[in-house]
Parts: sequence; C-alpha cells; structure tokens
Amino acid sequence: MSYIIDRRLNAKNKSAVNRQRFLRRYREQIQKAVSDAVNERSITDIDKGGKVSIPGRDINEPIIHHGQGGYNERVLPGNKQFSEGDKIARPQGGSGQGGGGKASDSGEGMDDFSFTLSQEEFLDFMFDGLELPNLIKRQLSGLEEFKTVRGGIANEGQPGRMNIVRSLRSANMRRLALSGGKRRQLQELNAELAELEKIPESARDLIRYREVLELIAKLERSISKIPWLDTFDLKYNLMIKQPVPRSKAVMFCIMDVSGSMDQATKDIAKRFFILLYLFLQRNYEKTEIVFIRHHTSAKEVDEDEFFHSRETGGTVVSSALQLMQEIIKDRYSPEQWNIYGAQASDGDNWGEDSDVCRDILVDDLLPGCQYFSYIEITNNEHQALWSVYESIQQQYPDVFALQHIRGVGDIYPVFRELFHKKVA
Amino acid sequence: MKKPLFTTSEWNFDLIQDVDKVLGDLAAEFGLDTYPNQIEVISSEQMMDAYSSVGMPIGYSHWSYGKQLLSTEHSYKRGQMGLAYEIVINSNPCIAYLMEENTMTMQTLVIAHACYGHNSFFKGNYLFRTWTDASSIIDYLVFAKNYISKCEERYGISAVEDILDSCHALMNYGVDRYKRPYPISAQEEERRQNERAEYLQKHVNDLWRTIPKSAATDTQKNAPRFPTEPQENILYFLEKNSPLLESWQREVIRIVRKIAQYFYPQRQTQVMNEGWATFWHYTLLNELHERGYVTDGFIMEFLQSHTSVVAQPAYDSPYFSGINPYTLGFAMMSDIRRICENPTEEDRVWFPEIAGSNWKETLQFAMKNFKDESFILQFLSPKVMRDLKLFSIVDNDEEEKIRVDAIHNERGFRKLRENLAGQYNLGNREPNIQVYNVEVRGDRSLTLHHYMHNRRPLGDSTPEVLKHLHRLWGFDVHLHSVDGNDIKQSFHCQQHPS
Repeated sequence: MSYIIDRRLNAKNKSAVNRQRFLRRYREQIQKAVSDAVNERSITDIDKGGKVSIPGRDINEPIIHHGQGGYNERVLPGNKQFSEGDKIARPQGGSGQGGGGKASDSGEGMDDFSFTLSQEEFLDFMFDGLELPNLIKRQLSGLEEFKTVRGGIANEGQPGRMNIVRSLRSANMRRLALSGGKRRQLQELNAELAELEKIPESARDLIRYREVLELIAKLERSISKIPWLDTFDLKYNLMIKQPVPRSKAVMFCIMDVSGSMDQATKDIAKRFFILLYLFLQRNYEKTEIVFIRHHTSAKEVDEDEFFHSRETGGTVVSSALQLMQEIIKDRYSPEQWNIYGAQASDGDNWGEDSDVCRDILVDDLLPGCQYFSYIEITNNEHQALWSVYESIQQQYPDVFALQHIRGVGDIYPVFRELFHKKVA
Repeated sequence: MKKPLFTTSEWNFDLIQDVDKVLGDLAAEFGLDTYPNQIEVISSEQMMDAYSSVGMPIGYSHWSYGKQLLSTEHSYKRGQMGLAYEIVINSNPCIAYLMEENTMTMQTLVIAHACYGHNSFFKGNYLFRTWTDASSIIDYLVFAKNYISKCEERYGISAVEDILDSCHALMNYGVDRYKRPYPISAQEEERRQNERAEYLQKHVNDLWRTIPKSAATDTQKNAPRFPTEPQENILYFLEKNSPLLESWQREVIRIVRKIAQYFYPQRQTQVMNEGWATFWHYTLLNELHERGYVTDGFIMEFLQSHTSVVAQPAYDSPYFSGINPYTLGFAMMSDIRRICENPTEEDRVWFPEIAGSNWKETLQFAMKNFKDESFILQFLSPKVMRDLKLFSIVDNDEEEKIRVDAIHNERGFRKLRENLAGQYNLGNREPNIQVYNVEVRGDRSLTLHHYMHNRRPLGDSTPEVLKHLHRLWGFDVHLHSVDGNDIKQSFHCQQHPS
C-alpha cells in the first residue's frame, strides 16, 4: 500500500536557517568578497545580488583521511593497452592515486567556494556596520509614527486581548467573596451533622437532624448558583499608542561636473554617490536627499539628472555651498533637521574661491551640520581646496571628514571609512 | 494488446497511483518484500532543501548544511548540474521524494527504483536490519532537532555550533562496528536522556577522583591503562569519559553518533544498494513494457536515462571520477541473473553453487547477506571484469613507477577481485584510529594510535581534526601513527582551550 502526498505547497525554505547560519559564520570573508565585487561591478548593477566567492580553505570541514604515500592498490575501469607487469610513470602534478577524489582537500589547488547571494543579502553585507554619524536631533513630528505598548489591565477591551489569567483570578476572588459566609455556615452544619450521626439513630434528635440536612442542601444549592464567570470578571490587556520621536535627516550630495573632471573621475564620483544613495534608501527610508551639481554655477537637480546629465563648464566650488546654504535656510531648519553633506570633486577650483568656501563652511554650514564629508578624486598633487579643507578638518574633527580617492578600488573602502559605525 | 497506462509525458496523481499499483503488484510477483511507501511530490526548491540535510527529512540546524544548500543552489541555478530525480529515506514507511519537474516516464522510473528497489534493500539487507531501525529514525531525528534547538536557546548558537563542528569532524569515528544498538522511541529517549545526564556527570567525576594516594609514584608504570582495551568508537569514548564536558554537550555528541550509526550501513552498501535498485527498475520497467502497460516511446525515454545512469567513463576520460557504483552494481546483479539462467562453462567453474539455480532466490540471498566488500569478493565474475575492462595498479612509494599488477585475464581475475573488494572495505579506506591511553594520574592527556595499513600516512587535515578532538577532550591530545611497533609520525595538539 502506498500513500501519495503532494508536498509542493509546504514551505520551501526549510533550510533557510542553515543558509543564515552559514552567512553568519563567514560574515568576514563574505564581506570582503562583497567589497571586491562592488569595486569590480559596473555602475548599473552595483546593487544586484549575485555570485560571490570565498576561499575554499576557510570553510573546509576537516576529517581524517589517508594522505599520499605508502603502498596503494587501485582498480580502474577501461583498460586499453596495459598488460600485467607494465610500468607507468607517475602522473605529474599530484598523484591521482590513493585518496581518490580527496585531492581537493590537500591545501593549495583548491577552488574557491562560490555561491549566490540575493540582492537583499548582498546589500546587507554591503552596508553592514555603517551609519549616519551624529544622528541626534529627534523630535515629535506629529502624526506619522506610533508604537503600541502594553499599558496594564483594563476592564474593557476587545475579546482578542482578553487576559485569561487575570479574568479567571478575579472570577475566583468573586466566587470566594460571595460564598464566604455561606461556606462557613455549611462547615458548621456539616460538623453538627457528623456529631448527630455519631449518636445511634434511636437516640438522635430527628427533628434537628432533618433540619440540618435541609439546611445543608439549601446552602449547597445557593453556593452552586453563584455564576462561575461573570462579565464583571473579564479583564483585558490594555494597549496604548505612544508617539515615537523621529529624527529627520537630509543629505546634500554635491558633485563637481566641471570640465576638469574627466569621464573616469566623474564615473568614480557617481559610483560614490550611488553607494551613498543606496545606503540611505535602504537604511534610512525617510531621509531626504538633495542633489546639487555644479560647475561655475550650482543647480539643484533630481536624481535622474544628477546621475545622467552631461553638462560641463568651469569650476566655482563655493557656488554649490552657497546653494546648499540657501536650501537649508529655505526648507531645512537646523533646529529640526539632521543635516549631512557629501561633496565630491577633483580638487580643482577657481583661484581665490577656496577661501570663500572655507568661510561659507565654517561660518554658515558646519555649525548646523551633523557631518560633512569631502572626497577628492585625483591622481595628481592636491590643490588649494584640499589644504583649506584640511585645516577645517583640524578645527572640526567630529563633523568634518575628508578622504582621498585615486581609483575605483578606493571607493568602497573610503565609503566605509566615512560612514562606519562609531562605538560610543 | 491492452491500452497503455499513459501516453503523454505529463503526470498527475491518478496516474502515479495507477503506476504505483501496477509496479507494486509486479514487485510482489518477483518476490520483493517492502515497507509501505510514502511517495511525496516536491518542487525543485524543496529538493535542494532535502539535499542540504544529507537526505534526512528533519535535521538540526548547522552551517555546513547551509553551505551545501548554497553550493547546490548556485550550480543548479547556473545550469551546471541537475538535481537527482529522487531521494529515498530508510524509514518505515519508506519515504521517497519525486520532483514535480519529472516526466511521467521519470516518475515511473523513480517509483520502481526507489519505492521498490531501495525500499526492499532497506528491508532485506542484514546491515540495515542489524544497525538501523526504520520505524524509529524519524522520531529520533525530531528529538535531535528539538534538543539541539533547545541547547541553542540556552547556551547560545556558537557554543552548540562549536561542539557540532568537532563532532562532525569525528563523525566517521562515532560508529559501533560490532554492538547493535536497540531502538527506542523519542519520548523514551527524552526520559532516558535526563537520567543519563545525571548519571554521566557522577560517573565521569569518579574516574577523575583526585584523592591523593601514598606511594603512587612507582605505580605509574604498572598502573593499568585506561581504557583497558583500545576504543575505536572515539565519539562514544568522549561522550562517556571526557572530563570537562557538560551533560548537554555529551548529549549532542550522542546525537551525532547516533546519526553516524544510522548512515553507517549506507556507506558500506553503496554498490549493492544502487545496483539492486537499478537492476529492479530495469527489470520492472521492461516487464511493464512486455505486458503492454507502457508505450515504445516510454521505453526509449527510459533506456536513454538508464544508459546515462550506468555509464562508466574509462580511467583516462575527463569525466572519470572513480568506479560508478550504479554501473558496477547493476552489472553484477544482472550478471548473477545471467549465471543462474544461462551459465557458461566458465561460470560453472567459478560459481558452481549458483550456476543454473533460481535467479530470484539467488539474488535475494545475495542482497540480504552481503555488504559491498563481501558481495564483490563472492559474486564478481570474470565476465563483468572483462566487460568493464578492469585492471589493478600498485602505487608504491618505494618504487619509481606505478606497476600494473593484474588485468582482466585468466591470471588476473582473482587478484582483481580481491583488490576491488579491498577498495570497498571501509576498514582500508578510512584510517584505523583508536583511543589508546589516558594519562589518568598525570596531565590527563589523551593518546590515540593510528594503526597504519600498507604504510599509508594520515592526510593534511589531521592537525585540524586534532584541534576538534582537543576541544571535546579539554586536555592535550596526541596521535601516533604506528606501523608494527614503530611510531612513524606523531601529531600533537597542546593548545589550551580558549
């Protein structure tokens, strides 16, 4: 007799927990593989999941087996030319004998272990351990977010929230309270009854005896009439809504698109901002992002234009900072908003403009900013802007950071450096 | 000619039921004795899940299963490999998984192969009858899974993972080769586990009692060794005697040990088991065709897949990866039938007792009473050796070249047969390692001996395994490779537990 069962509708990810265990255990190696992958990928599929490889030797599960050497006999199929007594030279590069398929266990020649991460997992690894620094200004922003918390016990509520233990306890109390006097009487009567029954039937006071029996029956009836559970007993868990203070944050992305930025440099800048953009989108859903691009004049643009438009010209960095300041004044009051800035440039700037930049930054922007990061993408000597920014960095080490990027390979490490979680 | 059971490749549940019924009747006609079948249709994702838990329907969680899953998923999604058509579990009822992607022909093949072939092997073979208990394994796995997840809650995932890692490294040395465990149910197991935990802890402490003794110094040499006899079941030894383990850790060792024991017969009967199942799907499906239950198209599709299953690439082919157990097993099983039905002169000389006998009975006898090693030694015929063009080589590190010491000719048959059988002897394949001594009164170090076979040394991962052993034992661990009375090589693990 056979039973045929359709299991296809059962949960299919029975092993998901094992998968998670694996990812947890090899977190470091995978993170490294992911960061390599980020650097190699083209801009468009930087956020896709995909193949990652980690060194096979790290995840090997050792068992005891025979090594090479000694006396081995082996039977093989498909003889074509050998006769008994023939001698064959040992194959070069690792003898195939003995271990039989164990060759891969022996150190070097081992392949990497490749597997596929989903997009979700990939991004998790990519942005693991990163955060926006100094995210502190929080405030009650009105209606958006509540969290429900338990607020004790109430006498009214919906049936789903009934607190069984409390309800039964209070029913029990009520029953005890209402029947207390009667029970005491009952006890006394029972004692009297027992006394009476000790006396032989002939000598017993039969009238009293009958009376006692009747009284007992009456009391028991009235005790049993007390309801076991009354609506009055029902207790409910009370849930109350608490408004949650929320931090509002805005990130200004400032990119230099002037003529001095060649295609490769722009590409690097874009990659950096794409990482930043993905990071914010993923980990800080409600963060607003303002895109500013500048050459001699700055302009606020939308995401699409920021990443794809091909405008170009000379360079005046302060124009972008000025615009940023105007936008802050207009829309993002520093009292309410956590303000962040990220600027990317090749360091090329118009003559005395660097000093103007410093003034704007130091006087206007930095006091209201949580964090401002500057990356310079260049293979050449640093110019005026870098040294100006360096001096600002020394003044404001907590809120101002600058990093230097030479090639594509630096982007992700620098990104991590700028936003890594600081242990308080 | 009757109407065939089906003519298209689409399957449905009614068809599977019909086919199973017909196959079941045929199997009974051929004298196959089986557990009841539980056929489960699953999707390819579920098949990958099943893969990753080494074929156990319920497994505890461990990263190595996740690793397996990731790599299967990766290769499957990139089209580098197909999934097995079926997985069958040695339980009662016998659970077989069919994939929904299979065609009706493949489903029929799989039912014949798994539900009647493997199933009757599980029920009949002496190793499975002695060592595993089909009716309680699922219960036990449920117990193990719950126990381990409870440990994880209580002691943390990492602590449990460490113990499991170490146990897995020694899994092949967690098997009783001679003593038969007797089956108990999950509830019983749980009740006993509590008793055991208490008892063990006392027992262990007793061994390590450190009451000072006068004049203990000169007894050092004469003191009896502990254990008095060398122990081959290392995990068992650790479970019972390791000084520092807590009782839950002992129980985890026990779980791994039990599961290793459950798989032990499978490791020893691969050729026979696959050969038997392949032989029967081949026989049953041809019978179906002969009786008109299936079409010619069916038999063509079936033969195509059957042929690729039993293909044996030659030793110099890029696809060669050892002897294909399906090929060898199928060739031998079919050959036994041939010897019974149409014996040649050669067969009468080599197999006087089975030539011309009833083939069904002879096959049943062979299936029930042998394991791979003894099966080959007993039944490998010159014809099979010729057909597979087997030859045997000797790789001796004292000689400069590899020597061919036997080929498929009159002089070589016996030698070939012995060598091939030796290749399936687990005792030869796995290094023979035994617990030799514990320094009970000294530094509590544990000494193991590796008894060398044919001078073969231990592999590179041995130091890694010793670290795991060290974790379970808690004190220094020494392993000596012994050839005769000489110690050829020694491994030590003396780090202190972190």
